[in-house]
Amino acid sequence: MIKISAKNVDVFYGKKQALFNINLDIEENQVTALIGPSGCGKSTFLRCLNRMNDVIDICKVQGEIVINDFNINDKGCDVVRLREKIGMVFQKPNPFPKTLYENISYGPTIHGMAQSKQEMDEIVETSLKKAALWEEVKDRLHEPGTGLSGGQQQRLCIARAISVQPEVILMDEPCSALDPIATAQIEELIDELKKEHTIIIVTHSMAQAARVSQNTGFFHLGELIEHGSTDKIFKNPENNKTQDYITGRFG
Amino acid sequence: MNKNKEKLLAKRYSSEKRFQFLGKSAIFMALLFLAIFIFKIFSTGYTAFQKTWLIVPVNFDAETMYLDANPSKEDLEDADYFEISLQSMFNLDKNANEKQQNELKKMVSYFFEREIKQELINDPSLLGKTKDVYITASDDLDQVFKGNYPRDLPENQRRVTDYQLKIFDQLVEQGKVESKFNLSFFTYPDSREAELAGIASSFMGSIFSILVCLAIAFPVAVLAAIYLEEFAPKNRFTDFIEVNINNLAAVPSIVFGLLGLGILLAVFQLPRSTPLVGGITLSLMTLPTIIIACRASLKAVPPSIREAALAMGASRMQTTMHHTVPLSMPGTLSGTIIGLAQALGETAPLILIGMVAFVNTIPGSPMDPAASLPVQIYIWAESAERGFVEKVSACIMVLLGFLIVMNLFAQIIRHKFEKKWS
Repeated sequence: MIKISAKNVDVFYGKKQALFNINLDIEENQVTALIGPSGCGKSTFLRCLNRMNDVIDICKVQGEIVINDFNINDKGCDVVRLREKIGMVFQKPNPFPKTLYENISYGPTIHGMAQSKQEMDEIVETSLKKAALWEEVKDRLHEPGTGLSGGQQQRLCIARAISVQPEVILMDEPCSALDPIATAQIEELIDELKKEHTIIIVTHSMAQAARVSQNTGFFHLGELIEHGSTDKIFKNPENNKTQDYITGRFG
Repeated sequence: MNKNKEKLLAKRYSSEKRFQFLGKSAIFMALLFLAIFIFKIFSTGYTAFQKTWLIVPVNFDAETMYLDANPSKEDLEDADYFEISLQSMFNLDKNANEKQQNELKKMVSYFFEREIKQELINDPSLLGKTKDVYITASDDLDQVFKGNYPRDLPENQRRVTDYQLKIFDQLVEQGKVESKFNLSFFTYPDSREAELAGIASSFMGSIFSILVCLAIAFPVAVLAAIYLEEFAPKNRFTDFIEVNINNLAAVPSIVFGLLGLGILLAVFQLPRSTPLVGGITLSLMTLPTIIIACRASLKAVPPSIREAALAMGASRMQTTMHHTVPLSMPGTLSGTIIGLAQALGETAPLILIGMVAFVNTIPGSPMDPAASLPVQIYIWAESAERGFVEKVSACIMVLLGFLIVMNLFAQIIRHKFEKKWS
């Protein structure tokens, strides 16, 4: 089933066009990887999906992005509610400089998702459990989140993202600042999370894309060159550029 | 070729050494000047914290004071102390002629009558008895006792006469002169008499001014900074505002004084010489400092924190209030304190709005006339009496102490509450 459908999406930074006519459908409860060389626009596209580009003054997005039959680029779209449904994990772990508990409870608090302290405790616990972090931190929930290791911080950020039960989780190179062991943990986690969430992950590592994703889109110079099932893209790409990138001839 | 290379290398090393030497000498010079300055202030000022007292036997004679044997408290308040006070000074030299008696009277502060009165009110049982009372010496004798007075000048060039010196030396010999901690320096308002002048009114004036300044400048500056940094669109107009805020920080303070004079006093008719007007004027000066500090510390909050909050579905307002502003507070607060410290040391604008007036009452609110510490320094530095020299230095010490405490506080806030982020 199609969860997100992007139609004719163009993005401009001032006068410079960063994305050209992107058309891409994202399958529900699957992992979609966006790959491509640096500066190809894959992160820009990801940030279109929860309207994070709004933060950048000079950035303009055109075209339709339909999620649940609703075009999020419509004037009537409430970004606060959109971002409640579409969580995001960033390249560098960015926990709030607050306690672990406060990091997780922040989203549910501002969206009024817990009626009592007990409910909140439950949300925090399940979020951390889903992010495979509970066992490591359950005794120090009230210590600062910035005291964790890099991999733990990133899992904390994932736990924070899933605390509001988003339908979609966007991940912008979530492992680029992590060591191989932490990376493996996150990848395992992604596999687990796709049961309940639709995941879109931007990654530099083709091996990672091949390991975690079911679908892959290849971006180059602001265009979506090719997309399809990961198997097909990696084993039997149609486009020469894709072939060259996959085999490491550029990028 | 090789030789050239070596030459070049030697040159590079020697230029680094030269630079280091110049840097070190610059620091040495700065420290030297600071040391000289502090030494000068302390060596002239420390004596102001001591005050010289003459111990004079006073005969609390009921008849001279027109009191009966068992006076009520009101009677004691209303009694005539002038005669016994005068008499006890004259008694220092029973053979004094009229001119000498006048000189005897001038050996103590004109407050002596009140000091004697206080003694009796504290202990009514003294009535009819004689007791040694501590009386504040005149500022000139105070300076003589502290060794700051040139005794070898010819008599007609001195304010202290030979006769006064003779009596004073006798008293010193008898152990009737004592130096004690000068509490009145901190508890008395300004006075024309150096021995009675204190910093209470200017200290309170400074405190009230700073409080008014803080109450106005802080909220306005923080709101302006938050709006400009987090909400305002970045366009030519906001750039223009930013440039002008920076310009405002560079405006000479006396200009703000003229503004206070022209607008606050002339147009709004606020009371002259009051910390209220002083504080408002100073807040105009402090405003750009706080705005700049607050914007800088808002800028220093990593954008990743804002993105994290926004991506969780926080509104811009929530992102700002829950995350950015709390994280920027240490920087903002220490900037505020430094701005206030600047305002505390400001003299020129306060002179223009009339806080230079002679005030011999302690202000109870920002609406009462008052001086401020730096203006007090200016007033005393202008006074001719020798006794004010040490007061100037002492007042500078108090002001510096105040500033050091504030800056220390700013540092503590910065270090203690600054949160680390990865």
